[in-house]
Amino acid sequence: MSKPKNTDRRGFFKGAAALAGTASIAMAQQQQIAQNRAASAPAEVSGGTVEVLTNERPGADFMLDVIKSLGIEYVAANPSSSCRGLHESMINYGNNKNPELITALHEESSVAMGHGYAKIEGKPMIGMVHGTVGTQHASMAIYNAWCDRVPTIVILGNETDAGARRSFVEWTHSAQDAASIIRDFTKWDDNPTTLQHFAESFVRAYKIAMTPPMGPVAIIASGKLQEEPIEEKDLRIPKLTPVLSPVGDSGSIAELARMLVNAENPVIVAGRVAHNQAGMTLLAELADTLQAPVNDQRNRMNLASTHPFYNTGSVANADVVLALEVEDVFMLTHRMSPLNRIGMDAPRKIIKDTTKVITISSGDLFQRSNYQDFARYNEVDMAIPGDAQATLPLLIEACKKIITSDRRIAMQARGAKLTEQHAKNKQASITQAALGWDASPLTPSRISAELWAQIKNEDWSLVGNDAFFGRWPNRLWTFDKYHQFIGGSGGEGVGYGAPAAVGAALANKKHGRFTVNIQNDGDLNYAPGVLWSAVHHNIPMLNIMNNNRGYHQEVMFVTTMAARANRDVSRTGIGTKLESPFIDYATMAKAYGMKGIGPITDPKDLGAAIKQGVEIVKRGEPVMIDTDTHGRG
Amino acid sequence: MQAQNAASAGNAENGKKLWAKENCYSCHGFDGHGGAGVRLTPKPIAVQGFIAIVRHPPKSNMPTFSAKVISDADLRDMWAYLNTIPANPDPKSIPLLSALQ
Repeated sequence: MSKPKNTDRRGFFKGAAALAGTASIAMAQQQQIAQNRAASAPAEVSGGTVEVLTNERPGADFMLDVIKSLGIEYVAANPSSSCRGLHESMINYGNNKNPELITALHEESSVAMGHGYAKIEGKPMIGMVHGTVGTQHASMAIYNAWCDRVPTIVILGNETDAGARRSFVEWTHSAQDAASIIRDFTKWDDNPTTLQHFAESFVRAYKIAMTPPMGPVAIIASGKLQEEPIEEKDLRIPKLTPVLSPVGDSGSIAELARMLVNAENPVIVAGRVAHNQAGMTLLAELADTLQAPVNDQRNRMNLASTHPFYNTGSVANADVVLALEVEDVFMLTHRMSPLNRIGMDAPRKIIKDTTKVITISSGDLFQRSNYQDFARYNEVDMAIPGDAQATLPLLIEACKKIITSDRRIAMQARGAKLTEQHAKNKQASITQAALGWDASPLTPSRISAELWAQIKNEDWSLVGNDAFFGRWPNRLWTFDKYHQFIGGSGGEGVGYGAPAAVGAALANKKHGRFTVNIQNDGDLNYAPGVLWSAVHHNIPMLNIMNNNRGYHQEVMFVTTMAARANRDVSRTGIGTKLESPFIDYATMAKAYGMKGIGPITDPKDLGAAIKQGVEIVKRGEPVMIDTDTHGRG
Repeated sequence: MQAQNAASAGNAENGKKLWAKENCYSCHGFDGHGGAGVRLTPKPIAVQGFIAIVRHPPKSNMPTFSAKVISDADLRDMWAYLNTIPANPDPKSIPLLSALQ
């Protein structure tokens, strides 16, 4: 028979009140915490001989206080026994607000939602996953966030104390080192053994995730720590001190400025440069200052597509290439043997021998060794470690200081040619968009043009990657705001698209934005339950299903293998095509409670379908329009 | 003249079936309008050049299809099919595209 615990509740409250004065984030949340505690304070327990089977001060309450102190808005989770304490604290003690619990139907969706959310909102949410099994489910999404340099926080439930495991299931769901499976692609993890330890590690994890190069972090939440009464004295939540973004050194920047200003054909290549609208403004200012082209790799919104120098550069003709946060500089400057060749040739350099390549990247500041996302070693002329956006003001200033009137005249002449090239590129896109205009299956260009006509006057946000859609939105639409595009998965792990889009739409919701997702069919089939999450949480979004009915990149690869082997290429649809039967995504959406339209096979029906979809989204609901792009994209 | 060449070169109806069956559409699109692979229509190159490129493509991701995999006769049928793809509409005649000008 246990005795009632004589914990010092008043001292704990006093400590919480004191910490409210020191935390730099979420003062309001701290006040709310104190109010919640007062409201949930239990009546005094009398008597010392009665077994106490209730605990009105579980450790999870304090864990939640820590989470609240950081201004976390959402926690996405599939319910789990190893996180049951935190789950209950969130919905009752925390009143399911800041953070709000988002019900996910797969742990990969939990983390991928946070991936999309962070790219819109600029800060992490939490994916809460269940011990060994949930971590394995979530690992692909964590890897994508790692490769995409996106801050996400993963809470891993785990019963660290073997003596506290109540069943065989709890043994199979526990690990000695629960984060080991994801350590190769997280920036940091910890396994706190006390609540104070949890507070320090969680704040530290947030700070590390948000420091460039940003990335996922993991904190293990011990089941016992969550569920047992708070016994620790003088608990406090450390103050969060954000780390300033690392900036390239002034000497290197001055040298780079000299090279750029004196170059005849400089080309700026933008990877994951901009973290926000200010980053786009800075990159435009650099381009304007130098009258230099910017080739956008579409990992983020880096520069307005209407900028006259957007995508007008030629790396092959460049004398100076400035690669800003580019993930693979080698493949920017080289080509490898095509797939259809037997054996590998030496990599073919596509830049001139005299071309100078300079990088500014936070990627040089933190790498791991096992997973090979760092790509081939870059033999560049100057590698400046630092966050590109944070370094741009220094570089712009350094360039402006040394531009002579002669150079300015030469630059202006270059800028005029680039402006002309930009206009030609746009005209070429419009001409090509007409190809197959009335054809069935539908062309991505027609779908993009029809969509644009109906969303262009909204405050829209495209949260699906258009890479498998011929980049047609990028070629036809006007992108000029940071939230209008969020790039791709990073790790190219299929299954990112749908949940990341829902997470991004969740972030857009409070801003009243109109979210558009171009959804690939293969991707949705990894974890389609996220459609239910969008409906359940009233997340408005227009989903356009790019239903090309197969894994067409793999059709091409396997066809190449068959042709190379002199064998039957007509059999390469085996294992690659989603046929017999075709999947009906409008019906799939309906099964999850989402409005479903289509499949649209006749391009003449497309405009009306999109109009109907737009009306549904404006009512605050998600909708799916299934478009037949069979074999395209 | 081109239509005569197409007719003499092969069977367009069979070519359309082969275009799908042999997965050519996967890179070049159902109508040969391109995608991951290059655009072939409208107005494909001459049939001799078409066959030559299929047999010995330039250094690209285009596979080499030997006569053992796709016969000359089948390629002529496909080429005949590609010749049936109509010319592109003028984008200026499409309101959604002319609005983008």
